[in-house]
Amino acid sequence: MPERRSLGSRVAIGVIALLLVGGVIVAIASFAYGRQAAREAYDRLLLGAANDIAETITIIAGQPVTDLPLSAFQLLALAADDRIAYAVRGPEGALLTGQDTITPANPPRGGGALKSWFFDAPMGGEPARFITVARRFAERDFSGTVTVTVGQTLRARNDMALGLTRDALIATTIGGLALMGLALAVIRRAMRPLDHLAAGLLARDPRDLTPMDSDVPAEVAVMIDAMNRFMRRLDRQIGSMKNLISDTAHQLRTPVAAIRAQAELIAEEPDTRKREQMLGRLSRRTRSLGTLLDQMLARALVIHRTDSAQRLPVDLRDVALEVVESRDHELLAPQTEVELLIGPDPVLVLGDEMSLVEAAKNMFNNALRHGQAPVRIGVSTEGGKVSLWVEDAGGGPPPELLDRMGQRFERNAASRGQSAGLGLSIVRAVAEAFEGDLAFERRDTGFRVLLILDRMGEAA
Amino acid sequence: MIRLLLTLLCLIATPLAAQEAQTRFGAENGTALLIRSTTDIAILAPAMEAFVARNPGVAIDYEQWGSNDLNALTAAECANQSPRADAVFSSAVHQMVELVNSGCAAPYRSAQTASLPAERIWRDELWGLTHEAAVIIYNTRLVPPEDIPHTRFDLLDLMRRQDKRYPGRIATYDIVASGLGYLFAFADSLEASTFGSLLEGFARSGAIATCCSAEIIEGVSSGRYLIAYNVLGSYVDSNRAVDVGVIRPSDYTLFLSRGYMIPKGAPHPALAGALLDFLLSAEGQAILTRSGLVTKRAPEETSLPESAERPIRIDPVLLVARDKQKREGFIARWRAAFGSPTLP
Repeated sequence: MPERRSLGSRVAIGVIALLLVGGVIVAIASFAYGRQAAREAYDRLLLGAANDIAETITIIAGQPVTDLPLSAFQLLALAADDRIAYAVRGPEGALLTGQDTITPANPPRGGGALKSWFFDAPMGGEPARFITVARRFAERDFSGTVTVTVGQTLRARNDMALGLTRDALIATTIGGLALMGLALAVIRRAMRPLDHLAAGLLARDPRDLTPMDSDVPAEVAVMIDAMNRFMRRLDRQIGSMKNLISDTAHQLRTPVAAIRAQAELIAEEPDTRKREQMLGRLSRRTRSLGTLLDQMLARALVIHRTDSAQRLPVDLRDVALEVVESRDHELLAPQTEVELLIGPDPVLVLGDEMSLVEAAKNMFNNALRHGQAPVRIGVSTEGGKVSLWVEDAGGGPPPELLDRMGQRFERNAASRGQSAGLGLSIVRAVAEAFEGDLAFERRDTGFRVLLILDRMGEAA
Repeated sequence: MIRLLLTLLCLIATPLAAQEAQTRFGAENGTALLIRSTTDIAILAPAMEAFVARNPGVAIDYEQWGSNDLNALTAAECANQSPRADAVFSSAVHQMVELVNSGCAAPYRSAQTASLPAERIWRDELWGLTHEAAVIIYNTRLVPPEDIPHTRFDLLDLMRRQDKRYPGRIATYDIVASGLGYLFAFADSLEASTFGSLLEGFARSGAIATCCSAEIIEGVSSGRYLIAYNVLGSYVDSNRAVDVGVIRPSDYTLFLSRGYMIPKGAPHPALAGALLDFLLSAEGQAILTRSGLVTKRAPEETSLPESAERPIRIDPVLLVARDKQKREGFIARWRAAFGSPTLP
């Protein structure tokens, strides 16, 4: 089983990674900042020292002479452990005083009349920073530029830069740890509804398919809604399965018992003529049982399909046409006159064509069996509703039967080996599946059964 | 015997003089640590003997040099990257600072060096091992008690007096010949404005600038000089000279800490570090104290206030003393006061 990472740890890893990347950026930035700060600070020392030295240059007997000031070296000694180099040079680059190894760099290009400039150069094998300050003299006995070059190794600068970086990193680390702690607390708090949900699911009885509490954050509500929808569908399917089983048991018990009793009677009947009559009855009963089985399976199929099949636009006229064209009525009631009443415009609903055809067939067959000719099938539109109807010229069933019609099964019908109730219950199931209705109307012209559905595009 | 020899050597010293004396401590066939020092062999001998006694198999070759020669030799060896000495131990710490500043020294760190005060350590490459006062000495027989100069101002007054007792009989180091003398004079010039007056006083009283501690002390002892200025107190203590009184000027007293460094690329740096640690240890410091190289403050012995103690800090500021033009100007002023140099 692959290892599962919790949402919490995903977010935590993300936050920690973010903080680490941030920390690295802060470290680099603070190191750059520390270097910059140390460079500026110690460059000022160098500049101060070089200026101090340049100030003391005087012209004595036509020669520039430096009276090296203590203050310059006290300034430089603020970088306590750094080596110092200096050189004072005359106009031709001749060394006046200081170390001969130190030569001033040329002033940077485009610097114009720059008085001082910094440069980096090694000092006795160690990297060092130098400054050259130029001082111009225009005396009676001396004219020209004297340069003062002062350099210092980088130990104090590096120490300062590292110190600044270290301080910044310590502060960043403390801040980062605090942020991480806060982030973990926030993540844990945000994830609490999920834990709650999981605990609720775990504690749930496996047969409990009632909707879950939807008082959860919006992100989780999507999941809860989907789950609730799924559970509703499951509930319905389980329910219809239960119904199918109990209906089947209920409906089949009586006719099967009757067939068995008749078969036994036939076996004991010595009279050949009577036995043939009885065999004819047995055969009818068996056929009727077959029809019943067909219808029950059809109903189960319809109920299954209405839950699982995709809903597509269906033209109710096609449904009515298919019922008439299947020519079932010619088998069932060959003498009955059949009329098809449909208009020129399409009548569209969203549904499953096969289920609708099954429902229409049941309505039509009921009318053929129980009604009076002529039997009419048609489609009509009334506002946002459309209906597929079947009408016969008779007065319809008695009112007390009408009230029960379309229930799941109708005992009387079943006990008689007939299947009228079951047929209408299929129609009702289809109507409910597509948010429609089953209605009965007594008209001047006869009795009408209607399957009323929402017109496509009109549904809420 | 050695002392006499040294005195003779000192008297005939020339600018090209090589080492003044050499001694070997410890076994003849042991690993020999070469130390070059400006300190008299006799003064450091107890410390060296204690070190070789604690480290059997180690010998010390001790070479005694004049400070300027030692500096020139060490700088030359540094430039050639072929140092022969394992340790250099000089009283002319401004020269040592310059050597370290030129990158001629190797770093060494230990618990002993870490405990040194900041003014006695630089870059972990130069360490001050001793604590010695620059003092005024006088001849106790010939200088009357009321004339004893307790401060530089007293000395100035003596030199300005019209009587004939002191002119020509006040001595101090020749700063051209002695690195230590130059360092003291330079430190004086930084410490107080009295330095100009002192130079003027030396000039007026015809003071003698001469070489070498031993000669000056001997001169005061014998009465040839009555007063000597800026003499290293440790030499006076170790000389046990008769009729010599010692004054630590109460306006301020300079304290010198001799510098010890290990040249970069020295043959035996670990041994040189061990010697350094030994000299800085309690035992080593006790020996140096007995030799007079470490002066412990003893309140009942001297009335010198602490604020008057001016240690010569081992830091890059001493580079100013080594500046060519600064030095030329300084020596020019000095020569103007003392006339022509007394030594060739």
